[in-house]
Amino acid sequence: MRTARFANLPWHVICWVLGISFLLPLVWMFSTALKPPGLVFETPIRWIPENPRWYNYPQVFEKLPLFSRFFVNTFYVTLMGATGCVLSSLLVGFGLSRINWPGRNAVFGMLIATLMLPGVVTIIPLYIIFRYAQLVGTFYPLWIPAWFGYAFYIFLMRQYMMTLPRELDEAARMDGAANFRILWQIITPLCSPAIATIAIFAFLQHYNDFLGPLLYISANEMFTLQLGLLWFQGRFGNFWHLVMAASVMTIMPVLVLFFTAQKRFVQGIQLTGLAGR
Amino acid sequence: MTASQRRDLRDGILFTLPFVMGALLLWVGPMLYSLVLVVLDWNLITRPDYVGMKNLSKLVDGRDPLFYKSLYNTFYFTFFSVPLQLLAAFGLALLLNQPMKGLGVYRTIFYIPSITPAVAFAVVWIQILNPEWGILNQILGWFGVEPIKWLFDPAFTRPAFVLMSLWLVGPQMIIFLAGLQSVSPELKDAAQIDGANTWQSFLHVTIPAISPIFFFNLVIGVIGSFQVFTNAFIMTRGGPQDSTLFMVLHIYRNAFEWFDMGYAATLAWVLFIIIMIFTVIQFRFARTWVYYESESSS
Repeated sequence: MRTARFANLPWHVICWVLGISFLLPLVWMFSTALKPPGLVFETPIRWIPENPRWYNYPQVFEKLPLFSRFFVNTFYVTLMGATGCVLSSLLVGFGLSRINWPGRNAVFGMLIATLMLPGVVTIIPLYIIFRYAQLVGTFYPLWIPAWFGYAFYIFLMRQYMMTLPRELDEAARMDGAANFRILWQIITPLCSPAIATIAIFAFLQHYNDFLGPLLYISANEMFTLQLGLLWFQGRFGNFWHLVMAASVMTIMPVLVLFFTAQKRFVQGIQLTGLAGR
Repeated sequence: MTASQRRDLRDGILFTLPFVMGALLLWVGPMLYSLVLVVLDWNLITRPDYVGMKNLSKLVDGRDPLFYKSLYNTFYFTFFSVPLQLLAAFGLALLLNQPMKGLGVYRTIFYIPSITPAVAFAVVWIQILNPEWGILNQILGWFGVEPIKWLFDPAFTRPAFVLMSLWLVGPQMIIFLAGLQSVSPELKDAAQIDGANTWQSFLHVTIPAISPIFFFNLVIGVIGSFQVFTNAFIMTRGGPQDSTLFMVLHIYRNAFEWFDMGYAATLAWVLFIIIMIFTVIQFRFARTWVYYESESSS
């Protein structure tokens, strides 16, 4: 099959060139993070440092001991946010798919309406409301909204629950089980693919959130990684090898999550896109 | 109403209560409140003053030239980045829709930049775009292109932002790919039997079949790019010469740097209405080019 192999060659060349371009920023980051200060801007660029300087990583913490604190803060916000997204979408998704009640379509209509609203118009009033509630400067504004449920995740969960056979709840209902028990004991275990997808996207959303912490967090020791990295870059901007080491550390959790749950990512995006959102 | 119907009504309300409360507290309430802000002059510290239409007139009478600048920049970014992103995402999806080895690896590679946290992404791109030692100029240098001052030259900042946005097409690409893979082989076979070549079948079968996905990506892309903010905030602070002052950045500054809440809320409403108008226009025009299978069969 020599001819076939050559026929594929243009395809491979194109994918290679594109793949390298897409990876370029990341590779530059990883490579610079291992360079000594003097060699960061060497031209032409040396992609693999001769003597990788692993000391750059601990040095980030030496320069800015708070950096480890940023991890704790970020994981706290991310955990609270993702938990809220999962629980609220289970509850509301159930109410919109497996209970028959008169107001259901109205609430579902409301959900669809908020799916496409641009959030920019609520940034300022929300800030003022949280300020009245004396919550500016705390982590609450960053994760409380998740517990009310984001329309997008609820929609995803509802669509998933609609695919489960009706007989599941009917049998339990015959036995006199309450709705909440049906949700908790029968439906939730069956929804693990949807739960996983929502958990992953909610993790990313809260982990990568920049505007939220920028508006609501001002004390240095409460910074999330996104703010912390920006702060680090502002203070130690001349030490690009350290800035890159810090950057690598902030994206590592995301990369680890991505590689362990790659299939769910793809499925999740397909669900969101094909469902028409 | 039977006992079980009553119970279901009660549970229906209880189960959906978080969302309904959230919609009221996080959307409806703030939007109404924001309408009130439009007629106020308020710096959050002293008492708010009622100023009537003053904030609105400031928009139209040219007292805030930065508003027009930010409007122009935002439209520029949207009109270039959205179509290019769609093309790039669709092109990549077509590449990955071939029966080849190594598809999964490429899919992963094309997707990864779009999950990179924005700050890390911006920080790296500052270096890639550096006029003296940045990789981009080094690569362009191989083709004889003189070094470009990207983020330091007002003529090149917006193109640089459009270029960067192409690295983030991963999700759109995957949605396209899913669409391409769901085009029914029977349709393509039928076209082949009718004597269509690959190109014709692509043009007349594949493209119409995935037009709803084009539409979806277009709508979401426009909504997103009108609200572009983070890169401009981190990389250029709106400069040089306000060439990357986008609308959300202008809103942010008015609200949280100059504490002019009323005017910032007015700007936010303007952007909101612009996005809504564009979304409605797209839905209107969708009838002319988006093909829905269920419609044609009726």
